[in-house]
Parts: sequence; structure tokens; C-alpha cells
Amino acid sequence: MLVCQGPGLGSVTHKSTWALGARTKKWLLADVISTVEFSHSGDLLATGDKGGRVVIFQREQENKSRPHSRGEYNVYSTFQSHEPEFDYLKSLEIEEKINKIRWLPQQGAARFLLSTNDKTVKLWKISERDKRAEGYNLKDEDGRLRDPFRITALRVPILKPMDLMVEASPRRIFANAHTYHINSISVNSDHETYLSADDLRINLWHLEITDRSFNIVDIKPANMEELTEVITAAEFHPHQCNVLVYSSSKGTIRLCDMRSSALCDRHSKCFEEPEDPSRRSFFSEIISSVSDVKFSHSGRYMMTRDYLSVKVWDLNMESRPVETHQVHEYLRSKLCSLYENDCIFDKFECCWNGSDSAVVTGSYNNLFRMFDRTTRRDVTLQASRENSKPRASLKPRRVCAGGKRKKDEVSVDSLDFSKKILHTAWHPAENIIAVAATNNLYIFQDKAN
Amino acid sequence: MFARGLKRKCAEDEEAAPAYSLQRQSLLDMSLVKLQLCHMLVEPNLCRSVLIANTVRQIQEEMTQDGSWCVPVPQTAGRASRDRLVSTEILCRSAREGARPAPDPGDPASELQVVPAAQAPGVPPGGVWDGDGPRENRGSFHKSLDQIFETLESQSPGAVEELFSDVDGSYYDLDAVLTGMVGGAKSGQDGLEAFASTAAPPPSAGCKSDLGELDHVVEILVET
Repeated sequence: MLVCQGPGLGSVTHKSTWALGARTKKWLLADVISTVEFSHSGDLLATGDKGGRVVIFQREQENKSRPHSRGEYNVYSTFQSHEPEFDYLKSLEIEEKINKIRWLPQQGAARFLLSTNDKTVKLWKISERDKRAEGYNLKDEDGRLRDPFRITALRVPILKPMDLMVEASPRRIFANAHTYHINSISVNSDHETYLSADDLRINLWHLEITDRSFNIVDIKPANMEELTEVITAAEFHPHQCNVLVYSSSKGTIRLCDMRSSALCDRHSKCFEEPEDPSRRSFFSEIISSVSDVKFSHSGRYMMTRDYLSVKVWDLNMESRPVETHQVHEYLRSKLCSLYENDCIFDKFECCWNGSDSAVVTGSYNNLFRMFDRTTRRDVTLQASRENSKPRASLKPRRVCAGGKRKKDEVSVDSLDFSKKILHTAWHPAENIIAVAATNNLYIFQDKAN
Repeated sequence: MFARGLKRKCAEDEEAAPAYSLQRQSLLDMSLVKLQLCHMLVEPNLCRSVLIANTVRQIQEEMTQDGSWCVPVPQTAGRASRDRLVSTEILCRSAREGARPAPDPGDPASELQVVPAAQAPGVPPGGVWDGDGPRENRGSFHKSLDQIFETLESQSPGAVEELFSDVDGSYYDLDAVLTGMVGGAKSGQDGLEAFASTAAPPPSAGCKSDLGELDHVVEILVET
């Protein structure tokens, strides 16, 4: 209903890639993508899936002999990050689904990322090997040990080039610190610590220390019977290493300063928009629950996603957001049905572009919405195989809430609620967006690139 | 996925009021069913459970204020209203708008008297789940009634909070809580709290050794 062409975003070149190659032709539950994250330079794109696997894509370097492949992302590394576990005390299985991946800033040749399931965070090192040593003294070429008495001369092994091999190895396992399900991890700007947040607690870790973590937020009531609110997301400030925010199921965002006290139960700031009494319904609280919170790159703003909208907040103003963008307002009259089929509990993510001038978030029917903050224009696009040809521009979509449906419009009643875009990522510097549509990964680039 | 919405004219107050109550009751039943289903899953999503429980609490608070919850709901009407729930817009509108029965300031005693009449039908509304566990269903139905009792008598938060009484360390066994309530509710909250406190398991120490072993194994692998 509120769609129009977005300048600069209007012509978005679509280039679709399918994660894991040929396997995605078959729909496998384990392949449902559960998180997407660009590295800090944007040359790597990591995805995690429901089967506990991490797949990393790497952007191809510019290559004059293959101009069309410039900027293409190809599979770089695949590894099994988490396995299903069994909690014997509760007789429950711990899902291996990867809830979040966060990259560490690059400090050497090797790359590091944190990946987490419901209970355990792991630090993975991804390193390249393109040389191997030949000419060992103590072992043969095929690895068999030599009899030391047979060695009559010593030689220096020579490094020879080999086909590039990318290895992923777990360097740290941060376990046993969460009773409830981990929903967020966030690396601190000090590059030494990170936080992990579950439904009721937030813990602070040092990247080098796995057997100890500090609890910095605890909203568990003394009497669990009084539980009415949970933590839904948390993030560190991009520049101030003492500041973090966490959002709640009641639609509030609390900003904490770790310098003020060891336990940040008392917030420094509390962001909450007063409810519109004329719109109050039994579903008001559920749709106000914040599913994602992200600081802007500048650190001056933060963005929250609730069920129907995206809000941009100025950190200096707690009373209300400075911007509100409607994602799919036409669903407001359908909240009953969405409650019945549980879609109302879907957790959509949102993200900023590199310059903080635009934001993107997902919706249903494989639609996703982009909002340009400077021009105040927005556009609805769709990630689907049928509508997409490589390098062809994506056509803006429109959802028709009622009345006569025009050609090319999608009627609200025909939306496919099983096709939800919960996870999106925006390249830190360029107009490249990664969109996860169930078990397919789409990468869109701006034609201007 | 959605049937076409049935538009109801706000002007027709006589129809709208009971329809709203019916839909509200359906929403309450659906929410209670959702909470019951929670514990059948791998591990209940705490956020979802909390939100549903808060919704239940809101509905019951409103019903208490209205006094309208005591209207006996015949089984068939309950079923039909569930079917129509998908297509109605009433509940999506503001709870305060439209025609609603004026809150009855009648004394609590009269409301209490009406309650047994509502309990008379052996099967609660939402009888779709009859076959599975009538005792459990009656428990949930009784539970909502008992919450009204408590609200009227003690002004304390409704018993829906007891759902979380033993979440700590493990997911709550809703069946146990609800069936415990059927027997123990009449004796007041003390019985339930005692039940809840004994049900709280110790923190998960057992699985730590398994994960600790995994740690150890992984460290060895990494260092070789």
C-alpha cells in the first residue's frame, strides 16, 4: 500500500546464488538458514543453518578475464559448528541450530567468528593453507615414520604450493553459562570481550577465557511465577565499550553502562514509546515485542524491529523514536489469525547500510522492505526464483490490502506466510544485500556498482 | 489462507456484544491450549510462553471487570466461534471500542453464585481437545475460573504465573501444575505454592560433565 520507487535503491541488480550448491534443489529442513552475517570488510559472508552448519562465502576478486564474475560470492568454507546434544537432566534435546554468527575484526591472516546455538558459543578460526612442506626428515612423503637409524643426511623441508585449502577449527568453546536459550551475541569494540544474552540473563565473556563469564544483566524474578518479561536481543555499542543495549518482549529497550555497577540491572536509559490507547488490543503487547535491536554504524542511533514496524531511535531521546517505518501494516487486521498460526511470534531482523542512510527488513511471501531515511522513500522487493533473472533489475512489489487488486499486485489473502524473510544482512560498505529465504540465499547488488 | 472477513456492523449492538464475548472466550481458550501444547515440544520457547500467558492474564482481567465471563457458553457455540475466529476482525480492534456490555458493578457474591452454573457443562468450550485429556481440559477451564476467584478475593496476580513456577532449570510441566490445581486450588494458593516449590528442580549439573568432556576432547583435537 505504501510502496514507491526508491531512488538509488530503485534499480537493484539481482544476482541469486544458492547456498550449498546442488543440495538446495531438494528442500531439507536442516538447510533452513537461521543467520546471515557479513564480515567487517564485507569480503566474507557467513550463514548458519538449522542443521548446525556454517557456510562461508567469499567475494571474488576483480578479474579482467571474467568481468561478469566480479563481485560474485562463492562458497569458501563449510563446517559443522554445532551438533545436537542431549541434556540428560531435563531429558531434552539441545538444538544444533545456529542462532547467531558474529565476526571478529580481522587481526591477521586468519579469520575468526563466533557462532552460537541455544546453549554454547564457539570461537572458530578460519585459515587458509596454500603451501605444504615437502622433504621431511622423520617421515616419508606418504606420512610413514622413518626408522631413525636409516637417516644418514639431514635436509631442510621445502614449501611447495598446493591447492587452496580452507580450514575451520574451533578455538574456544564457551559452555554451561546459560540456563535459557541464547538469542544474541555481540563482540565488544575492545575486541577482547563479548556478550551472550538469553531470555533472562546477559553474560560477559573474555575471548580467551572459557571457564568463566560475568553476569551483567539478570532479569529473572526471585519468584518465577512473577515472570512477565524476557530479553529478546542485546548488542554492544559500536564505539563505547562500556555501553550495551537490550530489548524486551514488552517493547522496551534498556541501555546499560557497565561502568556504573557490576550488575547492570538498573538501566541508564530506558527507551519506550507510549502506547496509542486508540489502538490497544489483546495483541498490543505481542506486536510491541522487539525482535531485533541494532546500533547504527555511527553509534548515534539504534534501530528496533517489532512485529509491524521498524523504529529508529536517537540515543539521546528515550521518550519516542525519531522514525517509524511500517513494514506490513496491512497485517494489523489479521492479528487474530496470525496469533492462531503462531506467525505473530516470528522474529524478524533488521539492518543498516554502511552509511546508516537506509535500513532493510524482511516480511512474508519472501518480500523484504528497504527504507531510505534521507529521501523517506521505501520499496518492497521479493526474493524468489521465478521473478529473478541474473543481472536483471528487481521489480518493486506491491501488496494490495483491499479493494481491487491491480495487475502485479499481491493480495494480502494470498500471502504465503510460510515464506518469511527473517534474516538479512547488508554489506558494510557497498549496496549489497544478503537475504535468507528459508533454505535459499539471495545476494542482491545495486546496479551502480 | 484467510477466509474473507465477516464484517459486523457496529450499530447492531445486540449482536456485537455477545459476539465479542464469544470471540474473547475463544481467544482465551486458544491461548490456554497453546500454553498446554508448549510443554509437548522439545523445549518451550520462553518468550512465546510469556507473551501468551500475559495475553491470558489481560483477557481474564477484562473479563473480571466486565463480569461478562460468567455467561455460560454452550459447547456448539464455542466450536463455531473457534471456526469463525480466523475470519473475524472484532478481536483485532481495540478492546474498548464497539459495543460491550456495561460493567456490572454487582457484588462479588452474585458473580460467585453464577460460577457454578458455568461449570455445569462437563466439557469446557474449545471441546476440540476432548478426546485427548478431559481431565486436563477441565483443569485449564477450572484454572481460568479459579483465577477469577483469586482476583476477586485476594487481588493477587492470577494463577497463570504458576505456569512459570518451576521453569527454573527445566521447562514447566503444565499438566502437573494444572492437575495439581484442580485438586489443590480450592484450598487456596498455599497448596499450589508448596507444589510449585517442590517441583523446582536443581540447576542442571548433570549435563555439565558431558559438556566438560566435550571441551576436553575438543581441546585435545585443537592442540594436535
